[in-house]
Amino acid sequence: MTEAPPPLLELRHVWVEYGEQVVLERVSLTIEAGSFVAVVGPSGAGKSTFLRLLLGQEAPTKGQVLLNGVPMRAECGPDRGVVFQRYSVFPHLTVLGNVLFGLECAAAPLTGRLFGARRRAARDEAMAMLEAVGLAHSAAQYPAQLSGGMQQRLALAQALVRHPRVLLLDEPFGALDPGIRADMHDLVMRLWRDHALTVVMVTHDIGEAFKLGTRVMAFDKRRHDPHAPHRYGATATYDVPLLRKTAAGDAA
Amino acid sequence: MTRLINRRPGRSGRLVAGAVPILLLCLTYGVASALRHADNPADKVLPTFGAMAAALWTSATQVDPVSGQITLIADTLASLMRLGSGLAIATGTALVLGLALGVLPVVRAVLSPVITVIAVIPPIAVLPILFIALGLGEAAKIALIAVGIAPYMTRDLAAHVAALPREQIIKAETLGANSWLVAIRVALPQMLPRLIETLRLSMGPAWVFLIAAEAIASDVGLGYRIFLVRRYLAMDIILPYVAWISLLAIAADALLNLISRRAFPWAKGGGR
Repeated sequence: MTEAPPPLLELRHVWVEYGEQVVLERVSLTIEAGSFVAVVGPSGAGKSTFLRLLLGQEAPTKGQVLLNGVPMRAECGPDRGVVFQRYSVFPHLTVLGNVLFGLECAAAPLTGRLFGARRRAARDEAMAMLEAVGLAHSAAQYPAQLSGGMQQRLALAQALVRHPRVLLLDEPFGALDPGIRADMHDLVMRLWRDHALTVVMVTHDIGEAFKLGTRVMAFDKRRHDPHAPHRYGATATYDVPLLRKTAAGDAA
Repeated sequence: MTRLINRRPGRSGRLVAGAVPILLLCLTYGVASALRHADNPADKVLPTFGAMAAALWTSATQVDPVSGQITLIADTLASLMRLGSGLAIATGTALVLGLALGVLPVVRAVLSPVITVIAVIPPIAVLPILFIALGLGEAAKIALIAVGIAPYMTRDLAAHVAALPREQIIKAETLGANSWLVAIRVALPQMLPRLIETLRLSMGPAWVFLIAAEAIASDVGLGYRIFLVRRYLAMDIILPYVAWISLLAIAADALLNLISRRAFPWAKGGGR
Protein backbone atom coordinates (compact mmCIF):
# COMPACT_ATOMS: atom_id res chain seq x y z
CA MET A 1 0.00 0.00 0.00
CA THR A 2 3.00 2.25 0.41
CA GLU A 3 4.25 1.72 -3.13
CA ALA A 4 3.65 4.54 -5.56
CA PRO A 5 3.41 2.61 -8.89
CA PRO A 6 0.07 0.88 -9.55
CA PRO A 7 0.03 -2.92 -9.52
CA LEU A 8 0.54 -4.61 -12.86
CA LEU A 9 -2.97 -6.07 -12.91
CA GLU A 10 -5.94 -5.00 -10.86
CA LEU A 11 -9.53 -6.26 -10.81
CA ARG A 12 -12.05 -3.92 -9.21
CA HIS A 13 -15.43 -5.40 -8.22
CA VAL A 14 -15.57 -7.53 -11.33
CA TRP A 15 -18.73 -9.48 -12.18
CA VAL A 16 -19.14 -11.75 -15.17
CA GLU A 17 -22.64 -12.88 -16.08
CA TYR A 18 -23.97 -14.84 -19.04
CA GLY A 19 -27.65 -13.92 -19.01
CA GLU A 20 -29.09 -15.41 -15.82
CA GLN A 21 -25.91 -17.28 -14.98
CA VAL A 22 -23.48 -15.51 -12.67
CA VAL A 23 -19.97 -16.87 -13.23
CA LEU A 24 -17.80 -14.48 -11.23
CA GLU A 25 -19.02 -12.11 -8.56
CA ARG A 26 -17.28 -9.28 -6.75
CA VAL A 27 -13.75 -10.25 -7.68
CA SER A 28 -11.33 -7.62 -6.39
CA LEU A 29 -7.64 -8.40 -6.38
CA THR A 30 -4.30 -7.12 -7.51
CA ILE A 31 -1.40 -8.94 -9.08
CA GLU A 32 2.09 -7.51 -8.63
CA ALA A 33 4.70 -7.60 -11.36
CA GLY A 34 6.98 -10.61 -11.08
CA SER A 35 4.56 -12.82 -9.23
CA PHE A 36 3.59 -16.34 -10.25
CA VAL A 37 -0.10 -16.73 -9.49
CA ALA A 38 -1.54 -20.24 -9.57
CA VAL A 39 -5.32 -20.40 -9.79
CA VAL A 40 -7.07 -23.56 -8.61
CA GLY A 41 -10.68 -24.49 -8.03
CA PRO A 42 -13.37 -26.99 -8.99
CA SER A 43 -14.72 -27.20 -12.54
CA GLY A 44 -17.17 -24.42 -13.32
CA ALA A 45 -15.75 -22.09 -10.69
CA GLY A 46 -14.82 -19.49 -13.27
CA LYS A 47 -11.07 -20.11 -13.41
CA SER A 48 -11.01 -20.02 -17.18
CA THR A 49 -13.35 -17.04 -17.26
CA PHE A 50 -10.93 -15.25 -14.93
CA LEU A 51 -8.09 -16.03 -17.33
CA ARG A 52 -10.12 -14.85 -20.34
CA LEU A 53 -10.75 -11.58 -18.50
CA LEU A 54 -7.02 -11.05 -18.02
CA LEU A 55 -6.45 -12.05 -21.63
CA GLY A 56 -8.97 -9.53 -22.87
CA GLN A 57 -10.97 -12.21 -24.64
CA GLU A 58 -13.93 -11.29 -22.47
CA ALA A 59 -15.11 -8.04 -20.90
CA PRO A 60 -16.47 -7.90 -17.35
CA THR A 61 -20.23 -7.37 -17.04
CA LYS A 62 -19.58 -4.98 -14.17
CA GLY A 63 -16.37 -3.64 -12.72
CA GLN A 64 -12.97 -2.93 -14.23
CA VAL A 65 -9.83 -4.75 -15.21
CA LEU A 66 -6.78 -2.48 -15.11
CA LEU A 67 -3.38 -3.11 -16.59
CA ASN A 68 -0.79 -0.75 -15.06
CA GLY A 69 -3.63 1.34 -13.66
CA VAL A 70 -5.23 1.80 -17.10
CA PRO A 71 -8.58 0.12 -17.94
CA MET A 72 -7.89 -2.71 -20.32
CA ARG A 73 -9.44 -2.95 -23.76
CA ALA A 74 -11.45 -6.16 -24.21
CA GLU A 75 -9.23 -7.39 -27.02
CA CYS A 76 -6.13 -9.55 -26.97
CA GLY A 77 -2.83 -7.87 -27.68
CA PRO A 78 0.88 -8.59 -27.61
CA ASP A 79 1.29 -7.33 -24.01
CA ARG A 80 -0.29 -10.60 -22.83
CA GLY A 81 1.01 -13.95 -24.00
CA VAL A 82 -0.98 -17.13 -23.64
CA VAL A 83 -0.51 -20.89 -23.73
CA PHE A 84 -3.61 -23.07 -23.86
CA GLN A 85 -3.87 -26.75 -23.07
CA ARG A 86 -4.30 -27.50 -26.78
CA TYR A 87 -4.39 -25.75 -30.18
CA SER A 88 -1.77 -23.24 -29.08
CA VAL A 89 0.54 -23.68 -32.07
CA PHE A 90 -0.17 -23.28 -35.77
CA PRO A 91 -0.21 -26.70 -37.46
CA HIS A 92 0.69 -25.31 -40.90
CA LEU A 93 3.92 -23.63 -39.75
CA THR A 94 7.18 -25.31 -38.87
CA VAL A 95 8.53 -25.04 -35.34
CA LEU A 96 10.71 -22.12 -36.42
CA GLY A 97 7.82 -20.60 -38.39
CA ASN A 98 5.62 -20.71 -35.30
CA VAL A 99 8.13 -18.68 -33.28
CA LEU A 100 8.89 -16.34 -36.18
CA PHE A 101 5.18 -15.57 -36.55
CA GLY A 102 5.10 -13.10 -33.65
CA LEU A 103 8.21 -11.29 -34.89
CA GLU A 104 6.83 -11.12 -38.42
CA CYS A 105 3.50 -9.72 -37.23
CA ALA A 106 5.34 -7.03 -35.28
CA ALA A 107 7.61 -5.96 -38.12
CA ALA A 108 5.44 -6.48 -41.20
CA PRO A 109 1.76 -5.72 -40.52
CA LEU A 110 0.92 -5.83 -44.25
CA THR A 111 2.73 -8.85 -45.66
CA GLY A 112 3.37 -10.77 -42.47
CA ARG A 113 6.76 -11.78 -43.86
CA LEU A 114 10.31 -10.54 -43.46
CA PHE A 115 13.11 -10.57 -46.01
CA GLY A 116 16.86 -10.23 -46.12
CA ALA A 117 18.74 -8.94 -43.10
CA ARG A 118 15.59 -8.39 -41.04
CA ARG A 119 14.56 -11.98 -41.64
CA ARG A 120 17.99 -13.21 -40.58
CA ALA A 121 17.83 -11.12 -37.39
CA ALA A 122 14.34 -12.41 -36.58
CA ARG A 123 15.50 -15.94 -37.36
CA ASP A 124 18.40 -15.64 -34.93
CA GLU A 125 16.09 -14.31 -32.23
CA ALA A 126 13.60 -17.13 -32.81
CA MET A 127 16.37 -19.74 -32.78
CA ALA A 128 17.66 -18.34 -29.48
CA MET A 129 14.14 -18.69 -28.06
CA LEU A 130 13.91 -22.27 -29.34
CA GLU A 131 17.32 -22.96 -27.80
CA ALA A 132 15.98 -21.73 -24.46
CA VAL A 133 13.11 -24.22 -24.51
CA GLY A 134 15.25 -27.03 -25.93
CA LEU A 135 13.68 -27.27 -29.37
CA ALA A 136 16.48 -25.94 -31.58
CA HIS A 137 17.05 -29.39 -33.12
CA SER A 138 13.40 -29.63 -34.27
CA ALA A 139 13.22 -26.22 -35.94
CA ALA A 140 12.25 -27.61 -39.35
CA GLN A 141 9.56 -30.01 -38.12
CA TYR A 142 5.81 -29.48 -38.12
CA PRO A 143 3.89 -29.50 -34.81
CA ALA A 144 2.08 -32.73 -35.74
CA GLN A 145 5.47 -34.48 -35.67
CA LEU A 146 6.18 -33.33 -32.09
CA SER A 147 5.12 -34.96 -28.83
CA GLY A 148 2.63 -33.21 -26.55
CA GLY A 149 5.39 -31.91 -24.25
CA MET A 150 7.41 -30.57 -27.19
CA GLN A 151 4.31 -28.83 -28.57
CA GLN A 152 3.82 -27.06 -25.23
CA ARG A 153 7.50 -26.06 -25.19
CA LEU A 154 6.96 -24.60 -28.63
CA ALA A 155 3.83 -22.79 -27.44
CA LEU A 156 5.87 -21.24 -24.60
CA ALA A 157 8.65 -20.14 -26.96
CA GLN A 158 6.07 -18.72 -29.35
CA ALA A 159 4.33 -16.75 -26.58
CA LEU A 160 7.57 -15.41 -25.08
CA VAL A 161 9.19 -14.18 -28.29
CA ARG A 162 7.11 -10.98 -28.16
CA HIS A 163 8.19 -10.37 -24.51
CA PRO A 164 4.68 -10.09 -23.04
CA ARG A 165 4.20 -8.31 -19.72
CA VAL A 166 1.94 -11.08 -18.48
CA LEU A 167 2.06 -14.75 -19.43
CA LEU A 168 -1.26 -16.55 -19.05
CA LEU A 169 -1.27 -20.33 -18.87
CA ASP A 170 -4.56 -22.25 -19.15
CA GLU A 171 -3.89 -25.75 -17.81
CA PRO A 172 -0.80 -25.91 -20.01
CA PHE A 173 0.43 -29.25 -18.67
CA GLY A 174 -2.95 -30.90 -18.12
CA ALA A 175 -2.54 -33.30 -21.06
CA LEU A 176 1.08 -34.31 -20.33
CA ASP A 177 2.30 -37.36 -18.47
CA PRO A 178 3.94 -36.90 -15.04
CA GLY A 179 7.62 -37.17 -16.09
CA ILE A 180 7.24 -34.67 -18.89
CA ARG A 181 5.23 -32.46 -16.57
CA ALA A 182 8.11 -32.22 -14.08
CA ASP A 183 10.47 -31.20 -16.92
CA MET A 184 7.98 -28.56 -18.01
CA HIS A 185 7.75 -27.23 -14.43
CA ASP A 186 11.52 -26.72 -14.40
CA LEU A 187 11.34 -25.01 -17.79
CA VAL A 188 8.55 -22.65 -16.73
CA MET A 189 10.35 -21.73 -13.51
CA ARG A 190 13.53 -21.03 -15.46
CA LEU A 191 11.72 -18.90 -18.05
CA TRP A 192 9.86 -17.05 -15.28
CA ARG A 193 13.16 -16.11 -13.62
CA ASP A 194 15.18 -15.44 -16.79
CA HIS A 195 12.55 -13.26 -18.45
CA ALA A 196 11.30 -11.59 -15.23
CA LEU A 197 7.76 -12.66 -16.16
CA THR A 198 4.48 -12.22 -14.42
CA VAL A 199 2.61 -15.51 -14.75
CA VAL A 200 -1.01 -16.41 -14.10
CA MET A 201 -1.57 -20.14 -14.39
CA VAL A 202 -4.88 -21.97 -14.17
CA THR A 203 -4.49 -25.60 -13.10
CA HIS A 204 -6.45 -28.54 -11.79
CA ASP A 205 -3.40 -29.87 -9.98
CA ILE A 206 -3.10 -28.40 -6.48
CA GLY A 207 0.38 -29.90 -6.06
CA GLU A 208 1.49 -28.12 -9.23
CA ALA A 209 -0.04 -24.87 -7.95
CA PHE A 210 1.92 -24.97 -4.67
CA LYS A 211 5.09 -26.16 -6.38
CA LEU A 212 5.23 -23.34 -8.92
CA GLY A 213 3.26 -20.41 -7.51
CA THR A 214 4.40 -17.51 -5.37
CA ARG A 215 0.73 -17.12 -4.63
CA VAL A 216 -2.09 -19.65 -4.84
CA MET A 217 -5.63 -18.50 -5.42
CA ALA A 218 -8.64 -20.76 -5.03
CA PHE A 219 -11.83 -19.88 -6.87
CA ASP A 220 -15.15 -21.13 -5.52
CA LYS A 221 -18.67 -20.02 -4.74
CA ARG A 222 -19.16 -18.40 -1.34
CA ARG A 223 -22.91 -18.82 -1.47
CA HIS A 224 -24.94 -21.58 -3.00
CA ASP A 225 -28.68 -21.70 -3.63
CA PRO A 226 -29.70 -25.32 -4.32
CA HIS A 227 -32.82 -24.14 -6.15
CA ALA A 228 -30.91 -21.78 -8.42
CA PRO A 229 -27.36 -23.09 -8.79
CA HIS A 230 -26.43 -20.34 -11.25
CA ARG A 231 -27.67 -17.50 -9.08
CA TYR A 232 -24.37 -16.94 -7.32
CA GLY A 233 -20.97 -16.68 -8.91
CA ALA A 234 -17.51 -17.69 -7.77
CA THR A 235 -14.79 -15.49 -6.39
CA ALA A 236 -11.29 -15.91 -4.97
CA THR A 237 -12.12 -17.64 -1.68
CA TYR A 238 -8.53 -18.34 -0.67
CA ASP A 239 -5.54 -16.25 -1.56
CA VAL A 240 -2.34 -17.68 -0.14
CA PRO A 241 0.98 -15.91 -0.63
CA LEU A 242 3.89 -18.35 -0.49
CA LEU A 243 6.64 -16.35 1.14
CA ARG A 244 9.32 -19.03 0.89
CA LYS A 245 9.66 -18.21 -2.79
CA THR A 246 11.11 -15.01 -4.07
CA ALA A 247 9.91 -13.05 -7.02
CA ALA A 248 11.87 -12.82 -10.24
CA GLY A 249 13.66 -9.65 -9.25
CA ASP A 250 15.24 -11.21 -6.16
CA ALA A 251 16.77 -14.06 -8.10
CA ALA A 252 19.01 -11.72 -10.06
CA MET B 1 -11.09 -66.62 -34.87
CA THR B 2 -10.35 -63.14 -36.15
CA ARG B 3 -13.43 -60.97 -36.35
CA LEU B 4 -14.56 -59.96 -39.82
CA ILE B 5 -14.05 -56.28 -38.96
CA ASN B 6 -10.35 -56.96 -38.30
CA ARG B 7 -9.60 -58.91 -41.47
CA ARG B 8 -7.76 -56.63 -43.85
CA PRO B 9 -6.65 -57.70 -47.32
CA GLY B 10 -3.00 -57.02 -48.20
CA ARG B 11 -1.83 -54.80 -51.03
CA SER B 12 -2.10 -57.40 -53.79
CA GLY B 13 -5.24 -58.81 -52.19
CA ARG B 14 -6.89 -55.40 -52.40
CA LEU B 15 -5.87 -55.08 -56.04
CA VAL B 16 -7.41 -58.43 -56.96
CA ALA B 17 -10.49 -57.82 -54.81
CA GLY B 18 -11.06 -54.44 -56.46
CA ALA B 19 -10.58 -55.80 -60.00
CA VAL B 20 -13.07 -58.66 -59.64
CA PRO B 21 -16.32 -56.61 -59.78
CA ILE B 22 -15.03 -54.57 -62.72
CA LEU B 23 -14.06 -57.70 -64.65
CA LEU B 24 -17.43 -59.26 -63.79
CA LEU B 25 -19.23 -56.19 -65.18
CA CYS B 26 -17.21 -56.38 -68.40
CA LEU B 27 -17.85 -60.10 -68.68
CA THR B 28 -21.57 -59.67 -68.11
CA TYR B 29 -21.67 -56.99 -70.78
CA GLY B 30 -19.67 -59.16 -73.20
CA VAL B 31 -21.98 -62.14 -72.73
CA ALA B 32 -25.14 -60.01 -73.05
CA SER B 33 -23.77 -58.33 -76.15
CA ALA B 34 -22.81 -61.68 -77.72
CA LEU B 35 -26.29 -63.10 -76.98
CA ARG B 36 -28.02 -60.13 -78.61
CA HIS B 37 -25.74 -60.32 -81.62
CA ALA B 38 -26.43 -64.06 -81.96
CA ASP B 39 -30.11 -63.14 -82.18
CA ASN B 40 -29.69 -60.11 -84.43
CA PRO B 41 -26.28 -59.42 -86.01
CA ALA B 42 -27.30 -55.77 -86.66
CA ASP B 43 -28.05 -55.06 -82.96
CA LYS B 44 -27.14 -51.47 -81.94
CA VAL B 45 -28.13 -51.41 -78.26
CA LEU B 46 -25.22 -53.48 -76.90
CA PRO B 47 -22.37 -53.10 -79.42
CA THR B 48 -19.47 -55.55 -79.18
CA PHE B 49 -16.13 -54.43 -77.77
CA GLY B 50 -14.69 -54.66 -81.29
CA ALA B 51 -17.35 -52.36 -82.71
CA MET B 52 -16.78 -49.82 -79.92
CA ALA B 53 -13.03 -49.89 -80.45
CA ALA B 54 -13.50 -49.34 -84.17
CA ALA B 55 -15.87 -46.40 -83.60
CA LEU B 56 -13.54 -44.85 -81.04
CA TRP B 57 -10.58 -45.31 -83.40
CA THR B 58 -12.49 -43.53 -86.15
CA SER B 59 -13.43 -40.54 -83.99
CA ALA B 60 -9.93 -40.36 -82.48
CA THR B 61 -7.97 -40.47 -85.77
CA GLN B 62 -10.19 -39.46 -88.70
CA VAL B 63 -10.59 -35.80 -89.58
CA ASP B 64 -14.27 -34.93 -89.72
CA PRO B 65 -14.96 -33.56 -93.25
CA VAL B 66 -17.54 -31.03 -91.97
CA SER B 67 -15.55 -29.40 -89.15
CA GLY B 68 -12.08 -30.19 -90.46
CA GLN B 69 -11.00 -31.45 -87.04
CA ILE B 70 -10.51 -34.78 -85.33
CA THR B 71 -13.80 -35.25 -83.50
CA LEU B 72 -12.67 -36.75 -80.21
CA ILE B 73 -9.81 -34.27 -79.75
CA ALA B 74 -11.94 -31.27 -80.64
CA ASP B 75 -14.70 -32.43 -78.30
CA THR B 76 -12.28 -33.11 -75.44
CA LEU B 77 -10.50 -29.77 -75.78
CA ALA B 78 -13.75 -27.81 -75.94
CA SER B 79 -15.19 -29.59 -72.90
CA LEU B 80 -12.04 -29.32 -70.81
CA MET B 81 -11.77 -25.63 -71.68
CA ARG B 82 -15.30 -25.00 -70.38
CA LEU B 83 -14.83 -27.22 -67.36
CA GLY B 84 -11.48 -25.65 -66.47
CA SER B 85 -12.78 -22.09 -66.83
CA GLY B 86 -15.87 -22.84 -64.75
CA LEU B 87 -13.84 -24.53 -62.04
CA ALA B 88 -11.28 -21.72 -61.99
CA ILE B 89 -13.95 -19.04 -61.57
CA ALA B 90 -15.75 -21.05 -58.89
CA THR B 91 -12.51 -21.77 -57.02
CA GLY B 92 -11.39 -18.14 -57.06
CA THR B 93 -14.78 -16.93 -55.87
CA ALA B 94 -15.02 -19.57 -53.16
CA LEU B 95 -11.49 -18.82 -51.97
CA VAL B 96 -12.07 -15.11 -51.49
CA LEU B 97 -15.65 -15.33 -50.20
CA GLY B 98 -15.01 -18.34 -48.00
CA LEU B 99 -12.06 -16.65 -46.34
CA ALA B 100 -13.95 -13.40 -45.76
CA LEU B 101 -17.04 -15.23 -44.47
CA GLY B 102 -15.03 -17.46 -42.19
CA VAL B 103 -12.81 -14.79 -40.69
CA LEU B 104 -15.07 -11.74 -40.50
CA PRO B 105 -18.36 -12.02 -38.59
CA VAL B 106 -19.61 -8.83 -40.25
CA VAL B 107 -19.21 -10.28 -43.74
CA ARG B 108 -20.85 -13.48 -42.54
CA ALA B 109 -23.85 -11.51 -41.26
CA VAL B 110 -24.21 -9.70 -44.59
CA LEU B 111 -23.53 -12.45 -47.12
CA SER B 112 -24.41 -15.71 -45.43
CA PRO B 113 -28.21 -15.51 -46.04
CA VAL B 114 -27.88 -14.55 -49.71
CA ILE B 115 -25.38 -17.32 -50.38
CA THR B 116 -27.68 -19.81 -48.67
CA VAL B 117 -30.53 -18.68 -50.93
CA ILE B 118 -28.39 -18.95 -54.06
CA ALA B 119 -27.14 -22.38 -53.01
CA VAL B 120 -30.64 -23.88 -52.83
CA ILE B 121 -31.58 -22.78 -56.38
CA PRO B 122 -31.18 -25.78 -58.70
CA PRO B 123 -28.52 -24.54 -61.15
CA ILE B 124 -30.09 -26.22 -64.18
CA ALA B 125 -33.23 -24.16 -63.56
CA VAL B 126 -31.10 -21.05 -64.05
CA LEU B 127 -29.68 -22.29 -67.36
CA PRO B 128 -32.40 -20.63 -69.51
CA ILE B 129 -31.66 -17.34 -67.77
CA LEU B 130 -27.95 -17.77 -68.48
CA PHE B 131 -28.65 -18.57 -72.15
CA ILE B 132 -30.86 -15.48 -72.44
CA ALA B 133 -28.45 -13.22 -70.58
CA LEU B 134 -25.14 -14.51 -71.93
CA GLY B 135 -26.13 -15.98 -75.28
CA LEU B 136 -25.62 -19.53 -76.48
CA GLY B 137 -21.81 -19.31 -76.58
CA GLU B 138 -19.14 -20.42 -74.16
CA ALA B 139 -20.00 -17.84 -71.48
CA ALA B 140 -23.32 -19.40 -70.53
CA LYS B 141 -21.85 -22.91 -70.20
CA ILE B 142 -18.92 -21.70 -68.09
CA ALA B 143 -21.31 -19.61 -65.99
CA LEU B 144 -23.54 -22.64 -65.34
CA ILE B 145 -20.59 -24.61 -63.96
CA ALA B 146 -19.42 -21.68 -61.83
CA VAL B 147 -22.89 -20.84 -60.53
CA GLY B 148 -23.56 -24.50 -59.91
CA ILE B 149 -20.62 -25.26 -57.65
CA ALA B 150 -19.36 -21.93 -56.25
CA PRO B 151 -22.05 -21.55 -53.53
CA TYR B 152 -21.41 -25.03 -52.17
CA MET B 153 -17.64 -24.52 -52.21
CA THR B 154 -17.96 -21.11 -50.55
CA ARG B 155 -20.11 -22.45 -47.74
CA ASP B 156 -17.85 -25.44 -47.24
CA LEU B 157 -14.74 -23.27 -47.00
CA ALA B 158 -16.40 -20.69 -44.77
CA ALA B 159 -17.50 -23.44 -42.39
CA HIS B 160 -13.99 -24.88 -42.39
CA VAL B 161 -12.40 -21.52 -41.54
CA ALA B 162 -15.01 -20.74 -38.90
CA ALA B 163 -14.28 -24.12 -37.30
CA LEU B 164 -10.59 -23.36 -36.78
CA PRO B 165 -9.91 -23.58 -33.02
CA ARG B 166 -10.69 -20.28 -31.31
CA GLU B 167 -7.43 -20.71 -29.39
CA GLN B 168 -5.43 -20.33 -32.59
CA ILE B 169 -7.05 -16.99 -33.43
CA ILE B 170 -6.57 -15.75 -29.85
CA LYS B 171 -2.96 -16.87 -29.96
CA ALA B 172 -2.39 -14.99 -33.21
CA GLU B 173 -3.90 -11.87 -31.67
CA THR B 174 -1.64 -12.10 -28.63
CA LEU B 175 1.27 -12.34 -31.05
CA GLY B 176 0.23 -9.02 -32.57
CA ALA B 177 -1.56 -10.18 -35.72
CA ASN B 178 -4.19 -7.80 -37.11
CA SER B 179 -7.33 -9.04 -38.90
CA TRP B 180 -5.55 -9.09 -42.27
CA LEU B 181 -2.66 -11.15 -40.93
CA VAL B 182 -5.02 -13.58 -39.19
CA ALA B 183 -6.74 -14.02 -42.57
CA ILE B 184 -3.68 -14.49 -44.77
CA ARG B 185 -1.23 -16.14 -42.35
CA VAL B 186 -3.50 -18.26 -40.13
CA ALA B 187 -6.78 -18.92 -41.95
CA LEU B 188 -5.73 -18.96 -45.62
CA PRO B 189 -2.94 -21.55 -45.41
CA GLN B 190 -5.12 -23.86 -43.34
CA MET B 191 -7.94 -23.40 -45.84
CA LEU B 192 -5.98 -24.47 -48.93
CA PRO B 193 -6.01 -28.25 -48.31
CA ARG B 194 -9.75 -28.02 -47.79
CA LEU B 195 -10.03 -26.02 -51.02
CA ILE B 196 -8.50 -28.90 -52.99
CA GLU B 197 -10.74 -31.35 -51.16
CA THR B 198 -13.92 -29.40 -51.86
CA LEU B 199 -12.82 -28.95 -55.48
CA ARG B 200 -12.48 -32.72 -55.79
CA LEU B 201 -15.99 -33.16 -54.40
CA SER B 202 -17.34 -30.51 -56.78
CA MET B 203 -15.90 -32.18 -59.88
CA GLY B 204 -18.88 -34.55 -60.12
CA PRO B 205 -21.54 -31.81 -60.19
CA ALA B 206 -19.30 -29.73 -62.49
CA TRP B 207 -19.30 -32.52 -65.09
CA VAL B 208 -23.09 -32.82 -64.79
CA PHE B 209 -23.55 -29.12 -65.46
CA LEU B 210 -21.06 -29.20 -68.33
CA ILE B 211 -22.76 -32.07 -70.12
CA ALA B 212 -26.22 -30.64 -69.48
CA ALA B 213 -25.21 -27.29 -70.97
CA GLU B 214 -23.54 -28.95 -73.97
CA ALA B 215 -26.52 -31.22 -74.55
CA ILE B 216 -28.88 -28.27 -74.79
CA ALA B 217 -26.97 -25.78 -76.93
CA SER B 218 -23.56 -26.48 -78.43
CA ASP B 219 -21.78 -27.50 -81.61
CA VAL B 220 -18.78 -29.25 -80.13
CA GLY B 221 -18.00 -31.02 -76.86
CA LEU B 222 -18.21 -34.42 -75.23
CA GLY B 223 -21.76 -33.93 -73.97
CA TYR B 224 -22.85 -32.50 -77.30
CA ARG B 225 -21.47 -35.55 -79.16
CA ILE B 226 -23.22 -38.05 -76.88
CA PHE B 227 -26.56 -36.37 -77.25
CA LEU B 228 -26.04 -35.91 -81.02
CA VAL B 229 -25.31 -39.57 -81.81
CA ARG B 230 -28.12 -40.69 -79.48
CA ARG B 231 -30.44 -39.84 -82.40
CA TYR B 232 -28.84 -42.66 -84.41
CA LEU B 233 -28.83 -45.05 -81.44
CA ALA B 234 -25.02 -45.04 -81.82
CA MET B 235 -24.21 -46.86 -78.62
CA ASP B 236 -20.84 -47.79 -80.12
CA ILE B 237 -19.86 -44.11 -79.78
CA ILE B 238 -21.79 -43.22 -76.62
CA LEU B 239 -20.26 -45.94 -74.47
CA PRO B 240 -16.60 -45.17 -75.33
CA TYR B 241 -17.32 -41.47 -74.80
CA VAL B 242 -18.76 -42.20 -71.36
CA ALA B 243 -15.70 -44.28 -70.56
CA TRP B 244 -13.44 -41.47 -71.79
CA ILE B 245 -15.26 -38.90 -69.62
CA SER B 246 -14.88 -41.20 -66.61
CA LEU B 247 -11.18 -41.57 -67.34
CA LEU B 248 -10.74 -37.77 -67.51
CA ALA B 249 -12.62 -37.40 -64.21
CA ILE B 250 -10.45 -40.03 -62.52
CA ALA B 251 -7.28 -38.37 -63.85
CA ALA B 252 -8.38 -34.95 -62.57
CA ASP B 253 -9.17 -36.40 -59.17
CA ALA B 254 -5.82 -38.16 -58.94
CA LEU B 255 -4.01 -34.97 -59.97
CA LEU B 256 -5.75 -32.93 -57.26
CA ASN B 257 -4.99 -35.61 -54.69
CA LEU B 258 -1.33 -35.55 -55.68
CA ILE B 259 -1.19 -31.75 -55.44
CA SER B 260 -2.81 -31.86 -52.02
CA ARG B 261 -0.31 -34.38 -50.68
CA ARG B 262 2.73 -32.66 -52.16
CA ALA B 263 1.79 -29.11 -51.23
CA PHE B 264 0.49 -29.61 -47.68
CA PRO B 265 2.72 -32.09 -45.89
CA TRP B 266 1.58 -30.75 -42.51
CA ALA B 267 -2.08 -31.53 -43.18
CA LYS B 268 -1.85 -35.33 -43.23
CA GLY B 269 -0.42 -35.90 -39.77
CA GLY B 270 2.97 -34.58 -40.79
CA GLY B 271 4.71 -36.32 -43.69
CA ARG B 272 8.48 -36.30 -43.46
